[in-house]
Amino acid sequence: MSHLELKNVSKSFGPVEVLHQVDIEVKDKEFVVFVGPSGCGKSTLLRIIAGLEKATSGEVMLDGEVVNHLAAADRGLAMVFQSYALYPHMSVRQNLSFGLENTKTPKDKIEERVAEIARMLRIEELLARKPRQLSGGQRQRVAIGRAMVRRPGVFLLDEPLSNLDAELRVTMRAELAALHKRLDATMIYVTHDQTEAMTLADRIVVLRDGRVEQIGTPLELYNRPANRFVAGFIGAPHMNFLEGRFTGGDDGAARIELDGGHVLLLPIPARPEGEPITIGIRPHHIETEGGQARIPATVTLVEALGPETIVHAEAEGQPRIVAALAGQRSITSGNTISLALDERFLHAFDADGKRIEESRVAEEI
Amino acid sequence: MSGIATFLTRRRGGASWHFTDVLAWIWLLAGLLLMFGPVVWLGLSSFKTRAALSEFPPTLLPYETSVVEVEGFDEPLPLYRVKTEDGEERLLVQVRRIGTVAQMADPEAPDEIIRVPLVAREPVREVRLATENYSTPFERYNFLRYFYNSVFVTVVATIITLIFNSMAAFALSKYQFKGRTAVLAVILATLMVPLSVIIVPLFSVINGLNLFNSLWGVILPTVATPTGVFLLRQYMLTIPDELLEAARMDHASEWKIYWRIVLPLAMPAVAVLAIFSVMWRWNDFLWPLIVLSDQELYTLQVGLNSFQGELNVQWHYVLAMTVVSMLPVVVIFAFLQRFITSGIASTGIK
Amino acid sequence: MTAEARHETAGERLAGLLLAPVRWGMNLIDRPMTWLQRRLGLGGVAAAFLAPNLLVFGIFVLFPMMLNVAYSFTGGGALFLNNRVFVGTLQYETLLSCRDFLDASSCREDRFWRAVGNTGFFVIVQVAALVLISLATALVLNREMRARGFWRAVFFFPVLLSPVVVALIWKWILQRNGLLNAVLVELSFEPTLWLVNRGWAMFWAIFLSIWAHLGFYTLILLAGLQAIPRELYEAAEMDGAPSWRVLTRITLPLLWPNLVVVILLALIRAVQVFDEVFVLTGGGPGTATLFLVQYIYETGLAQQVRNLGLASAASILMAAVLIVLTLVQLLASAWRERKEQR
Ligand SMILES: Nc1ncnc2c1ncn2[C@@H]1O[C@H](COP(=O)(O)OP(=O)(O)O)[C@@H](O)[C@H]1O
Ligand SMILES: [Mg+2]
Repeated sequence: MSHLELKNVSKSFGPVEVLHQVDIEVKDKEFVVFVGPSGCGKSTLLRIIAGLEKATSGEVMLDGEVVNHLAAADRGLAMVFQSYALYPHMSVRQNLSFGLENTKTPKDKIEERVAEIARMLRIEELLARKPRQLSGGQRQRVAIGRAMVRRPGVFLLDEPLSNLDAELRVTMRAELAALHKRLDATMIYVTHDQTEAMTLADRIVVLRDGRVEQIGTPLELYNRPANRFVAGFIGAPHMNFLEGRFTGGDDGAARIELDGGHVLLLPIPARPEGEPITIGIRPHHIETEGGQARIPATVTLVEALGPETIVHAEAEGQPRIVAALAGQRSITSGNTISLALDERFLHAFDADGKRIEESRVAEEI
Repeated sequence: MSGIATFLTRRRGGASWHFTDVLAWIWLLAGLLLMFGPVVWLGLSSFKTRAALSEFPPTLLPYETSVVEVEGFDEPLPLYRVKTEDGEERLLVQVRRIGTVAQMADPEAPDEIIRVPLVAREPVREVRLATENYSTPFERYNFLRYFYNSVFVTVVATIITLIFNSMAAFALSKYQFKGRTAVLAVILATLMVPLSVIIVPLFSVINGLNLFNSLWGVILPTVATPTGVFLLRQYMLTIPDELLEAARMDHASEWKIYWRIVLPLAMPAVAVLAIFSVMWRWNDFLWPLIVLSDQELYTLQVGLNSFQGELNVQWHYVLAMTVVSMLPVVVIFAFLQRFITSGIASTGIK
Repeated sequence: MTAEARHETAGERLAGLLLAPVRWGMNLIDRPMTWLQRRLGLGGVAAAFLAPNLLVFGIFVLFPMMLNVAYSFTGGGALFLNNRVFVGTLQYETLLSCRDFLDASSCREDRFWRAVGNTGFFVIVQVAALVLISLATALVLNREMRARGFWRAVFFFPVLLSPVVVALIWKWILQRNGLLNAVLVELSFEPTLWLVNRGWAMFWAIFLSIWAHLGFYTLILLAGLQAIPRELYEAAEMDGAPSWRVLTRITLPLLWPNLVVVILLALIRAVQVFDEVFVLTGGGPGTATLFLVQYIYETGLAQQVRNLGLASAASILMAAVLIVLTLVQLLASAWRERKEQR
């Protein structure tokens, strides 16, 4: 059992508060990813869980017990560092066995465990080498192996793939996912890359400026982002945001006029006329025909990727709209096209960036 | 003027010989003569016998007058090249010398005495290394003892220096604790006050601790070098903290982190300090001079100084022992030249 | 047998053997330290790591420094402070009482003033000559040449010699029947008793200390020269700048921070001149090469009647000079580092 709970955790470095009352629950055997832009406090949060950093206030609970006072070694966790932090003067074998030696594990047991891990990670031939004689991917494996030898209940991984090249990152991502299944352990994984978060996570925690913005499964976050920040952060290419204001309607539907003059009807409760609203739509939900509100736009850039075509365009009052059109299109920059927004996938955010729920949903609750 | 400047600023050797190249070579060769010459001279002189050393003008190589065993004489007799009156050159041994005339004989026919004026003869000499200059001081004087004392002081002081300084440097580079800045400031402040300024009170501290006239009294005041602490701390600051954290996650105690992780990784700096420390302690003079009063406890430097300060200086022994006392440093330098010079250039310590 | 053990080289095995006792000792210390860690936390561990060094440091450096001040206000022949009489500023007054500060013989403690005068003269001449010669040597060594390592070693190696060795090497050359006189006679000059003549004794004291320390300063300046980007010289060459201007406008300004540090280091060392000169001349002839440290050493420790108070007062005065110089040096180092980062 490895159940982790953070309650009201805050952290300050001197006068600067970098984490604000964070509440997170991680269930046993879950793969949770903390994602957010660089500097938002992900590493700090992970280090607080690990015991390398002390929370200024709040509680860290492992299996129902408060562990704030416990030293890093006594929490039964293992960590993979962003820089791998392999001991440069020790061979791979020594790197793997160091932790076991420290806990006075018998020699034959250590050998057995190291051999098992080496086999599992396919680093048997590397055991006699020093870290500097390894490639990036091999170092990565050793770092994971070092975390695995002591069979911890919870793995903490701080941007473990960010030092690898793009191709290797994809391979390692798949291996990590497989490893999680095999090890049957809780994993907490930190990254600034939303693709990694989407592909790996059971649940994602989105952080910004030391605050939790939203917690949910990848698809929950994709389909129902709680605010403009999450909407913009999750999904690639990024969601388009169109500015507009309420111009009428009722509880069931609101009339919205976009800057530039186009009018939309949205299934959300109407608000006082003139109140600003932001409409979000993902590039994949824009087409050139059908749908609501055809917005004439001038194409500024076309990226033909093969299976799809990414079109950057400018419309009156809306400086930049990106559309991902399926298949190959004969559009060139300078063309004028009309953009049709698929009304089923429109998101609405109020002036504070908070999601405005649809009326139907609001009624149901 | 501008010619000198050309010479001083050029970075690339020209294809032809410019006069600035000549100047540079003159400087280098003069340097070679002045820096190296004296040491070579010391080396050569140290192999000369006492008699050869008192000769003026001195010879370059260590010569000794040849002697021959002659029948009928107990002692071997000195051999001379003699110009006889008829202009012939003969090799004769000297049997006796009376005033300005020497009684000489042919080594083959020693019974026949030939009288030769002193000016007409010249000793036959051969190159011989007077190695007894090296062995006698060890056998007959205390130099073996001095040598041992110096080795003891150097080795023990260096080991303690390395351990104490690296521990302190570890604490000062890898922990946040109250008073860290204060400790650093105090250590920095004492960089300003060299040993030569506190010899008087230090002498009474040593006396109070009963360390006067003891090798430990020489060792202990030198081991807490602020220089060493700073050198190691600067280096340890470059070791990433993540390594220490990884070790903490690996259940390593702080002591284990110090000696299994940080110390091995700081080895380059530790080695520099070790070399410096060996040189400092081996060469120390003033402090051992103050602390040690018993001949038996003298280090090589102090012993050498007292030996050369005697009324009747036995230069042949002094020179040989000077060579002995510089030998370890020369050996270290020969093997670690690059290491030492880059260590000094990067730290500004010596 | 593990794979690793099979790959172990002889050297590694030897190192392992040598390290075995170290490992044993370190593991022995691990227990009390771990206990301390559990009891006191990381702060306590830090204190434990600092303790040995600070203890030695306190007893043999910090405490004597304070004791020095106390001694300088006491008199009498007793060694330990509790038996000494408080005399106020008497020792300082003794040291500083002179009818004419330019004439040492008019001072109460004339040996002190002779030492001050000698040291002052030594410092000025030695530092000036030392820095100029080091600079010239560094500039020569910075040229592209074959066997630069060898030439650097030639100028550098005396740095490692002990002061006693340095003094004996030269004493042997300078003695009456020495090499120098032999060369002079060969060139039909008069032989001289170098260390008996007051002026020559000071000359050789200065010469000797330059000879011994030249390499150190050369090395620092050489490092500074090599840090100057080559492109600057190439750019100057493209501009057709005459080489005198290259020296004064590029090399020296860029080397200046290093030069300042070198000058200050040399000053700090020069004020403390003692060992080599003491072995070479013993301070003589008369007081011709008597320097401050020797004065302190003899007054406080080497005389039949020790005058600890007077020696302490003298060393406090000397420390004041050194502290000022060191503070300036630290500032200069910081300034140099800032410059280098830019
Ligand atoms: N030891 C520290 N002292 C002061 N500020 C820190 C420290 N560690 C991190 N921070 C600050 O805390 C914030 C969060 O850092 P971090 O958790 O490393 O961000 P992330 O891992 O999300 O990029 C940053 O603004 C960073 O500057
Ligand atoms: Mg981070």
